[in-house]
Amino acid sequence: MIPAPFEYARAESIDHAIELLGGADGAKVLAGGHSLLPLMKTRLAQPSLLVDIGRIGDLSYIREDSDVIAIGALTRHHDVANSELLQQAAPIVADTAEQVGDPQVRHMGTIGGSIAHADPAGDMGTVMLALGAEFVVRGAGGASRTVAAGDFFKGLFHADLAPNEVLTEIRVPKTAGGWSYLKFHRRAIDWAMVGVAAVQRNGSASVALTNMGETPMRASGVEEALAGGADPATASARADEGTAPPSDAFASAEYRKEVSKVLVRRALEEALG
Amino acid sequence: MATTEKYVGQPVLRKEDPELLTGRGRYTDDLSVTGMLWMSVVRSPFAHARIKGVDVSKALEVPGVVAAFAGGDFEWAGPLLMAWPVTDDLKNAPHMPLTTDKARYQGDGVAVVVAESRGAAMDGAEVVDVDYDALPAVTDVEVATEHGAPIVHDDFGTNESYTWSLTNGKVDEVFANAPVVVRERYRIQRQVPNAIEPRAILVEPNAASGHFTMWSSTQIPHVLRTAMALATGIPESKLRIVAPRVGGGFGSKLQVYPEEALALAVAKKLGRPIKWVETRSENYLATHHGRDQLQEMEIAADEDGKILGYRANILANMGAYLRIIAPGTPVLGGFLYCGAYMGEAYHVSITGVYTNTTPVDAYRGAGRPESTQAIERAMDALARRVGKDVVEIRRMNFMPPFTEATQSIGGLMIDSGNYPATLDAALEMFDYEQLRKEQQARRDAGDVRQIGIGFSTYLENCGWGPSKVIGNVLQYAGGGWEAATVRCHPTGKVVVITGATPHGQGGETVYAQVAADELGLKVEDVEVLFGDTDISPNGWDTYGSRGAAVGTPAIAQAAARVREKARKIAAHDLEVPENEVEWKDGAFRLRGAPDVARTIPETAFAAWRAHNLPSGVEPGLEGSAFFDPENLVFPFGAHICAVEVDTETGKVDVLKYVAVDDIGTVLNPMLAEGQVVGGVVQGIAEALFEEAVYDDGGNLVSSTMTTYAIPGAPDVPTIDVGMGSVTPSTTNELGIKGVGETGTIASPPAVLNAVVDALTPLGVTQIDRPATSERVWRAIRDARGGKGGRA
Repeated sequence: MIPAPFEYARAESIDHAIELLGGADGAKVLAGGHSLLPLMKTRLAQPSLLVDIGRIGDLSYIREDSDVIAIGALTRHHDVANSELLQQAAPIVADTAEQVGDPQVRHMGTIGGSIAHADPAGDMGTVMLALGAEFVVRGAGGASRTVAAGDFFKGLFHADLAPNEVLTEIRVPKTAGGWSYLKFHRRAIDWAMVGVAAVQRNGSASVALTNMGETPMRASGVEEALAGGADPATASARADEGTAPPSDAFASAEYRKEVSKVLVRRALEEALG
Repeated sequence: MATTEKYVGQPVLRKEDPELLTGRGRYTDDLSVTGMLWMSVVRSPFAHARIKGVDVSKALEVPGVVAAFAGGDFEWAGPLLMAWPVTDDLKNAPHMPLTTDKARYQGDGVAVVVAESRGAAMDGAEVVDVDYDALPAVTDVEVATEHGAPIVHDDFGTNESYTWSLTNGKVDEVFANAPVVVRERYRIQRQVPNAIEPRAILVEPNAASGHFTMWSSTQIPHVLRTAMALATGIPESKLRIVAPRVGGGFGSKLQVYPEEALALAVAKKLGRPIKWVETRSENYLATHHGRDQLQEMEIAADEDGKILGYRANILANMGAYLRIIAPGTPVLGGFLYCGAYMGEAYHVSITGVYTNTTPVDAYRGAGRPESTQAIERAMDALARRVGKDVVEIRRMNFMPPFTEATQSIGGLMIDSGNYPATLDAALEMFDYEQLRKEQQARRDAGDVRQIGIGFSTYLENCGWGPSKVIGNVLQYAGGGWEAATVRCHPTGKVVVITGATPHGQGGETVYAQVAADELGLKVEDVEVLFGDTDISPNGWDTYGSRGAAVGTPAIAQAAARVREKARKIAAHDLEVPENEVEWKDGAFRLRGAPDVARTIPETAFAAWRAHNLPSGVEPGLEGSAFFDPENLVFPFGAHICAVEVDTETGKVDVLKYVAVDDIGTVLNPMLAEGQVVGGVVQGIAEALFEEAVYDDGGNLVSSTMTTYAIPGAPDVPTIDVGMGSVTPSTTNELGIKGVGETGTIASPPAVLNAVVDALTPLGVTQIDRPATSERVWRAIRDARGGKGGRA
């Protein structure tokens, strides 16, 4: 409940943050703090340095960029949920943001922090995967690169980010078709026990899963079955293919697999219906 | 100012709220004393381990650390108080504040580190080197009684501490001859109390006088003072215990904790003030837990469902040590396995069992939620068995209404009761027939989402009191009376001093209401003082729904004494004989000329000046009283719950909840409703959400608010509370029963019965607690023979 000792520095700009990150072993970026601080308080995470990027104002935005909506990494969940632009052009993103945590969390937590933290139980990564979003990552010397959501999540709490890189922007394609994000949890404030994102894109259905393995993942068996003409009920039976969900205090892996099938069917019915 | 306005029965706003709601309440953690040091406890990470050595030397190297002590560095005058040896042959292992031989649960204290800051104390605690030899652990109450189980206290050779039993009537004969016997087995999962304010302690020693002041976030400053004297050897006369604002307890602060004794002992050793504040993680490991029983419940009945007998065998998990009232906690429900129902025979047997888990003790309802869930769920099982409606089975077995104390088959002399009345009122509020129709429609349609309706027509005993009964019948070491002083200041303002220490319930408000009514005063002219053993030296504190039922009669009695003295002064002042004045409309009035009157403030001023007092009357106007009730009090009621169950995922949503509680005289309907609503929510949490889970190694898996599922506002429905049924208690003159625990006692079986009811057409007759979505899903799958699919 009291973190181990750590140093703290407030970054004035992204490049300043990157410079600070490059200067210390075991440094961590602090954005909203809603994933990192609980880990530090239980001393499961003991970073040597926190680089606070929370006050870098120019990383909080939501704007249209031709056929993409660009979201600054420091945009709070609350602002994502209430963005008219997103509600219109990529409604699944706004809807999912509304399902994150509780109002306090949504006012502090950021979309970039949530994605970069790469918690497989986080909702936003799954939605990004289903949407085929892209992430802009900035590194030393002002170098930027763009990573597809499908390539970004490397493992448990492990994203494609070097120690001195910062996620700066999320680029979400506009969607016109049906969509659904179904979050199954014990309490309203909980992480997803299982989550399912289903999106109609370019005439096919894209389906991704929350908390069904070490990373957010595509339900490729379901997508394959749908592409072959299966109806949602039939396709959803393959929801657990290739998954390896955890067993924990809230649910067994077996149960999560069964729930994933029910949720995939319901999400597809919503998205395609 | 005198007033004729009556406050009892009115929704008076809480006197304590302006302070609490604007953040001006001072809790223990808000207090600091010059020269104060912080303490941190080194806790065993193992559930069961022999301690081969404790080396604190590395801690002493941490900057800011002042001292560090292992268990062997202390000399105690005695163990921590265990006040309830329910049987003569109970096996009690003395519980010392730090363990020296073995760690017996994850969180057991082995050393303390003292430092200039809280952080330094924690950093020091992290590097204390304890040489553990890990042993196999036992956490399950049933496994602990099996041959070959790890033994928690080696000297006993067994984990069974005691067996308490009660038999009324010819139990074996009744069960042998009964046409119908229902046998149920229930597991009451363990709960972790989570008061919003964690425990906190500050001890200030006076090295010159040998006095110690301890501020502690406790429900029981009076009991604690005695217990601390026994443990530390500091004389009770030199100990002052203060419970400042306390942010919730629910029984978890009805305890004498190791940290309290340690803070005193360390303050004595170092001659400096010591502060300790529990972290939430420590709250999970080191604050006592609740419930955790395995129940075998049987009902014998005739073919119609008329009940003949009750038989319950209970294994109660005590955890690693017997805490202050732990053995008696399940016994508080031991007379209630028959609920509000009749019968010819009754047998209950309760065995307390040691395990390598956090000690278990009283948690809101203490023993009665357990017995209530057993009988109320078994009533539904009986209804299913004999093919009766769950309402009908209850009606035909209720004790008929009574207004004088009446004996139950469970052995209680119940003060008063009218069980059908609360059931009728609840059914009307619930719109029962309509919901049954909706349920049938969903069943007929094979809807994925099924509806279930559950009842709990409970009876409980509370108002922890009669000293003779709890001492001589129940073998409790303490008393059960309550004390009060009512003191009138010269200007007519009144101070009420109570030993029934409130900690969030609204006691200040209802105590002031009662005193104001007795003395014809405005409620704002009455201040209530409590929670400081130097200010209110006498009392037994607040728990077991005793604040209203035992605390307020003492206040009324003390106020009556004030009035008796004031009557003499008033008559003397009016120059008439005493029998010429009568107490009416808040003042002493001349018979036949009521406008000629003297108020309490007027007599208080006269008593203070003492210029002209009647002969033999001493100056000053105050009265004190000790109230010791003759009996407990027995609230009852009917709770009805409707749930919707998603039969594909097992997810349960509570749709509707109605609670009608008969608590006798209602002192403040707003506060009573708040108690019921809070209690019901806590009970819904128990039925559907909260569960303390240990793994095989004895590690507490659900050790944070992330993994221990306390529901939030979005997870529970509006609770509809009915207060229309009032059957005054015959135990006290005010007719009060008690409302602090009714909601928690009544609600879990109502919810669980509703879940089972929803799934009865699918063949489900039993759901383990809490009814998580996975448990419900498994029950549905098992009932279908392992096949999934839609309803």
